[in-house]
Amino acid sequence: MMRFTQLQAGYQNRAVTPVINAELNSGSMTALVGANGSGKSTLLKTIAGLIKPVAGKCELQLPRKAIGWMPQRSELETRFPLTVFELVSIGCWPRCGWFGGISRSMRDEIDRALDAVQMRDFSRAQPATLSGGQLQRVLFARLLLQRSPLWLLDEPFNGIDSKTVTLLMSILQQQQQAGTTLLVVLHDRPLVERYFSEVLSLDHAGEHAACSASVARRSLAS
Amino acid sequence: MTLIQPFIEFGFMRRALIACIALAVSATPLGVFLSLRRMSLIGDALSHAVLPGAAIGYLISGLSLVAMGVGGLIAGLAVALLSGAVSRYTPLKEDASFAGFYLGSLALGVTLVSLRGSSVDLLHVLFGSLLAVDNPALLLVGAIAAFTLLMLAVIYRPLVIDAFDPDFLRAQGRWSAPLVHGLFLMLVVLNLVAGFQVLGTLMSVGLMMLPAASARFWSRHLAWMLVTAMVLAIAAAIIGLMLSWRFSLPAGPAVVLSAALLFFLSILAGPCGGLLRRH
Repeated sequence: MMRFTQLQAGYQNRAVTPVINAELNSGSMTALVGANGSGKSTLLKTIAGLIKPVAGKCELQLPRKAIGWMPQRSELETRFPLTVFELVSIGCWPRCGWFGGISRSMRDEIDRALDAVQMRDFSRAQPATLSGGQLQRVLFARLLLQRSPLWLLDEPFNGIDSKTVTLLMSILQQQQQAGTTLLVVLHDRPLVERYFSEVLSLDHAGEHAACSASVARRSLAS
Repeated sequence: MTLIQPFIEFGFMRRALIACIALAVSATPLGVFLSLRRMSLIGDALSHAVLPGAAIGYLISGLSLVAMGVGGLIAGLAVALLSGAVSRYTPLKEDASFAGFYLGSLALGVTLVSLRGSSVDLLHVLFGSLLAVDNPALLLVGAIAAFTLLMLAVIYRPLVIDAFDPDFLRAQGRWSAPLVHGLFLMLVVLNLVAGFQVLGTLMSVGLMMLPAASARFWSRHLAWMLVTAMVLAIAAAIIGLMLSWRFSLPAGPAVVLSAALLFFLSILAGPCGGLLRRH
């Protein structure tokens, strides 16, 4: 699905990540871990095509516009006067016509996605009035609408209660079973150990052969 | 009855009203997006930027609306593009680069107008002559309004996405973000050009921004904010023209002053965060 060859991600020719050599298979679920400033978000943005790699190659087996992208909540203008329903409908925009109209079947799809994240009752609420966990659930609903074979998620569980984490993790597991490839930036070690079979760490770059970060495969604890 | 009498009796009053309504319908949605994207003063900067182009048009063909309109459009677009490019390729933020270009542009415009014209001409360019709107000017304003609404319908979704989650728009690649931004600024410039035929370069931005800023106090929903802004702008046009007729005030400033009064009323009594509703 995705191969990094001598890849270094960064801004304006300044590398932020270590040199990365790794390959993510289709249908894999990988945690992207590393200390603050190790370049996790920068790597995700590079994969999504938002910034160019400083060095090396980032090869994808799908067009970039097919990527399902979930930014950190802090990067959203939550005070913009949208409703939750409209926010989720952004997910089907790539399939809409010239004027961005939403068909009856898309409306049903949006309702189903809101049901899946238990946010149907909030469809007329505005993002600014939601808690962090509620907003995150809404962003998951938008992601479901995108029907993307590759999901990139930037710290989706930051500052969220454990009940919501369990709900969202179950969605991720369902997606993986349906064949979606997942790359998730995480800080929470126990969460990584419990749910993720593959870990791409940007921390121990220096310890690996040829100063590279690579995917470590582990067997799940339970 | 006496209040609507002038609109029934005089063609120039009807034309002024229709021009203002066309402007209200097309310019205020842009104002709403400008204010939501925290770019309220960009409209002001661009309205000044239009001036040297209008002045060159005036120097070449006198008080020809077409020549001044085309000149204004070129100057406004040039400043918008240059400011965008400077903020993209240098560390300067967009508001600072806009400020730099529009100040230079304004000075150049005033210099050019005073090269040949009298202060009366300068006043015409700066403050317009609403009651002298003729049929060609009305057609131009109408055409710009129709084009704006059509374009806005096409770029509405990408504009909303760009304002809410800019990375989503860029990752999608269906619309390039700079293209959406560029088209939006082009519409702003077009409407300022339409506006300066009617209200002058300085006043036209008033009908774009004041109802838009007021609408925030009447609704929390984007679609309703757009409708409210249009209704407030139309109300300001009607009230302003009536006041101007009744008290012999200059029409353009009377319309914008009415919009300003509605703005203060919204700050005080608007149901969404108005001062009186809070306490």
